[in-house]
Amino acid sequence: MSTTVTSTDTGENTWGGGNQPLRASYGKLMMWFFIVSDALTFSGFLAAYGFSRFKFIDSWPIADEVFTHFPGLHGVNAPMYYVAFMTFILIMSSVTMVLAVDAGHHMNKKKVTFYMFLTIIGGAIFVGSQAWEWATFIQGDYGAVETKGGKILQFQNVDGERVALSEFAIAGVSEREQHLKKNGVWYYEEGTPTTYNIEEVKAGFVANPDLLIRVQELNEKGEKIVLNREESLAKINRDAVGVVEGANLYHNEYGTPLFADFFFFITGFHGFHVFSGVVINIIIFFNVLLGTYERRGHYEMVEKVGLYWHFVDLVWVFVFTFFYLV
Amino acid sequence: MAHEHKLAIFRGTLKFKSNITKIWGILIILSIVTAIEVVLGIIKPEILTETTFIRMKLLNWIFILLTIFKAYYITWDFMHMRDEVKGLRRAVVWTAVFLICYLVFILLTEGDYIFDVYNTGFQSWDF
Repeated sequence: MSTTVTSTDTGENTWGGGNQPLRASYGKLMMWFFIVSDALTFSGFLAAYGFSRFKFIDSWPIADEVFTHFPGLHGVNAPMYYVAFMTFILIMSSVTMVLAVDAGHHMNKKKVTFYMFLTIIGGAIFVGSQAWEWATFIQGDYGAVETKGGKILQFQNVDGERVALSEFAIAGVSEREQHLKKNGVWYYEEGTPTTYNIEEVKAGFVANPDLLIRVQELNEKGEKIVLNREESLAKINRDAVGVVEGANLYHNEYGTPLFADFFFFITGFHGFHVFSGVVINIIIFFNVLLGTYERRGHYEMVEKVGLYWHFVDLVWVFVFTFFYLV
Repeated sequence: MAHEHKLAIFRGTLKFKSNITKIWGILIILSIVTAIEVVLGIIKPEILTETTFIRMKLLNWIFILLTIFKAYYITWDFMHMRDEVKGLRRAVVWTAVFLICYLVFILLTEGDYIFDVYNTGFQSWDF
């Protein structure tokens, strides 16, 4: 019987090997495999962020109030401008990458080198910007007070402007010495002491009659609820137990600790991807310079790292939306 | 290897002359969309924040849709998904989209349920 199944277009034996149903090389397919699995990892993180946010939907920090800085502009309220700039940088470096891939298809070594170089610069600017974002986030802004239940109380004046602890706390009301490992039992030590201790903040709050407390909970319009003066005084005297300046994994002045945890984890994981992307791009850049792909006869390697680089951009588009916009 | 690029976007209404002009065109589209997102995020028009659709603000729906729009053009034109065969495209996109939708649905439903427990129950916040 000669009725064996053959593929229609080439006339080759379907199962005889050498058949590429997806018309993509092994390397590119493996890169797609990796990208799908990495996309699932990232969506796992973002979905976990959504889970925690839905869990505390009425008390989640407002991103516009957290990310308000722009390098060089001190005291200017610039919500999101810097992240928008970072997004643009990353999209731009995606463009130079795809131009490098295109130049590779035309075997134009000079152009590939030039565009790869621009891509690396763009990536480096992005990683640097992210480091700056982190530093600003960790350093904090106004400072806040933490309650027994672990909630954050922020301060504002009667006009609705946020007030920093340093503007009203009365220094020297009480002394608080840092507890070191050598002093106590069980070798506990406490972290870096805050600039003002809780007694100094309380004294300053009582002495300034136009200060009010903003609690973590949101009203129907999605703004933080502000207590009146009597409620504020009662709240700070009854519940406040500690001062929070900036953010770490346990406390942050912006609100629930989970917010900072997810910020560090998700943007950190993404930043790590950008960093490794830059490293891989540098390796490929030098290979291009050395003429490796010229000799090989094709620039498919540039295409493969290009896929990874675009994926990093793709993820950032989602991180941008879910962390800064929504 | 021949490198054929499909140069038409928006279902064929916008055709580019070469692959390079297409790349710059996509950059312009993505930049415009990002600018719209940022402007909306800063202005926060009241009509969009006060109207809700399936228990979420209309503004947030717009952000999510624009994000998916951007993701489409990054994948289709920067990652050249438009030029791949149907089998590869579906293997990557359908798999990811299905699993992500499933995961998000499950986790958000659960998060919402826990919120209700805290909100209507007697548990206090103790994490």
